[in-house]
Amino acid sequence: MDVQVAEAGTEQKARTKVSARDVDVFYGDKQALFGVNIDIPEHQVTAMIGPSGCGKSTFLRCINRMNDTVDGASVRGLIAIDGQDIYDGRIDVVQLRARVGMVFQKPNPFPKSIFDNIAYGPRIHGTFGHKDELEGIVQTSLERAGLWNEVKDRLSEPGTGLSGGQQQRLCIARAVAVSPEVILMDEPCSALDPIATARVEELIDELREHYTIVIVTHNMQQAARVSQKTAFFHLGILVEYEATEQIFTNPRDERTQGYITGRYG
Amino acid sequence: MTDMTAPQHEGMADWSSDEAAKRFRKRHAADRRLQYYGLAAIGLAMAMMLTLFASLIGTGYQAFVQTKLTFSVYVDPEHVDRDDIFGGNFRSVVRDSFQRLFPDVTSPPEQRDLFNLLSSGAQLQVRERVLDNPDLIGREVEVTVPFADGVDQLHKGVIPRDVPEAQRRVNDRQIVWFDELLEDGRVGTPFNWTLFFSADSRFPELAGLAGAIVGSFYALLVCFLLSFPLGIAAAIYLEEFAPKGRWSDILEVNINNLAAVPSVVFGLLGLAVFIQFFGLPRSTPLVGGMVLSLMTLPTIIIATRAALKAVPPSIREAALGVGASPHQVVLHHVLPLAMPGIMTGTIIGMAQALGETAPLLLIGMNAFITSPPGGIMESATALPTQIFIWADSPERGFVSRTSAAILVLLGFLIMMNGLAVFLRNRFERRW
Repeated sequence: MDVQVAEAGTEQKARTKVSARDVDVFYGDKQALFGVNIDIPEHQVTAMIGPSGCGKSTFLRCINRMNDTVDGASVRGLIAIDGQDIYDGRIDVVQLRARVGMVFQKPNPFPKSIFDNIAYGPRIHGTFGHKDELEGIVQTSLERAGLWNEVKDRLSEPGTGLSGGQQQRLCIARAVAVSPEVILMDEPCSALDPIATARVEELIDELREHYTIVIVTHNMQQAARVSQKTAFFHLGILVEYEATEQIFTNPRDERTQGYITGRYG
Repeated sequence: MTDMTAPQHEGMADWSSDEAAKRFRKRHAADRRLQYYGLAAIGLAMAMMLTLFASLIGTGYQAFVQTKLTFSVYVDPEHVDRDDIFGGNFRSVVRDSFQRLFPDVTSPPEQRDLFNLLSSGAQLQVRERVLDNPDLIGREVEVTVPFADGVDQLHKGVIPRDVPEAQRRVNDRQIVWFDELLEDGRVGTPFNWTLFFSADSRFPELAGLAGAIVGSFYALLVCFLLSFPLGIAAAIYLEEFAPKGRWSDILEVNINNLAAVPSVVFGLLGLAVFIQFFGLPRSTPLVGGMVLSLMTLPTIIIATRAALKAVPPSIREAALGVGASPHQVVLHHVLPLAMPGIMTGTIIGMAQALGETAPLLLIGMNAFITSPPGGIMESATALPTQIFIWADSPERGFVSRTSAAILVLLGFLIMMNGLAVFLRNRFERRW
């Protein structure tokens, strides 16, 4: 129990990276999220769980304004990163997406070489001075994604030729290469086999040192394994947001308990 | 509930009865019939296609060879002046040399008939030789020149020898002379390169498709340069940026309408707008290409939109996710992936444009022009209009040449469609 107390202590010290206040999201006439309030701490993994259609992915996609690309989607309320409103008219969406990287459900490497996949972000943002520097970025990113040793001899081969798990780590490396502050992951392991999943989960834990990670998952064990904080969504409402141990051992809300014990979902 | 009390057997189908077997036979017969209908339809279509090709090749093959005479010409310095070769009297050179082969033909009407065995192109051909090499003046030169169309058709069997003389282009004594030449081994039927390397002529034996091929090439070039960038730009805007709503719906319907407008209408539009209003020169590949681009534009827009739509959204998301701006998403990722589809659609549109005749007739690309155009601003014909002109010509030689020209046009079309299929198979991606 001492350990838990100690952990709770560090949690309180952790700085808030992303905060949301009264966030409503609409797709046309349909409301997908209702008044979400949340503070996501820096350098931790925050998991979002809940049954299908509960709004967890919708919320995730608000954090890098990916919902802007959906016709008829609108967001109300305040979402801030480091206290800065990201829906402010003065915010450049392109810059925001550079600061908030994203990894998708299905591995989606570009149909280009492994090197070009990683180098694409730095290239479009012009974040390197010299070609050597770009090679350094590619190597560091692949190392951080735990893929360097597997692909260092075939950087010019197409990224689409890798296995599913490797492709997903390639996508993580691609996100890392832009040096984001936050990485959003939308069910990153749902298309992977158990071994590849374990590898990505380890990786997520390592990445926490450098980045703030928000992960949406269907898999409760995964949330329990990788996250420090867990948010449970249900029917567009953020039901409960607590330390992960708290949610899984002693949920306050009966809906949370029902979901965790497998009564629905 | 009363059903439940009945023995279960009555509700069950009896799969082993004769009636069941009959029903199965009936169903299988229907399956087979459907297959036979399909086969019959394909067979009919193939038969029609074979008939078309058989008829085209049957009449067209003769145009690929040309009856020619090989004999020795004395380039008489009396007729050809070294300082003015171009103005030399090559008609006399050829006539005198030819008459040496028939020393006993002396009366002027006979001599005229004899000389008419040869194509009027013979003297031009000799002139070319001498212009190339002035040293030939005063020397004997072995030349191979085409016979006149009547003789050519006689030799190919198109003009029968047994019809009355009055109904033939070639009279009896000409046939005798020709047979003498044939016996001397002076008559040959080499491949007819004239068909590909000469422009149009009133004389079938001198007429070729070079002008039409070059004219079609320039018109398609103009058409491609206009419709490809315009079509892609329009498709990208409509597919990637245009807000979906009433305006985009109206635009979409109108683009589809544009694709359905009969080509003759575009020809009239070209005549009224490009030629009358803007004063562009008529009969030129420039105007032809502009008119054709009106027709290919909707094809390219529709094909490009389909190709853009086929690029999976995951690629767009990936690019947006690393912070690519909308134009970078399109230019770096979506467009390159859609390119094979766009190229396929474009080539098919170009193939349509190549075969299009009506609009070119209206803007005057069916003019009689005896040299290939040197650029897009010079009068020209195109392949389909050349076919139109030849089909309209009375000389017998043009019958087979029309078929030959159709074969050449079909050859180009098959090549283009083959290229489209190749591109589609080669670059098709699966996600």
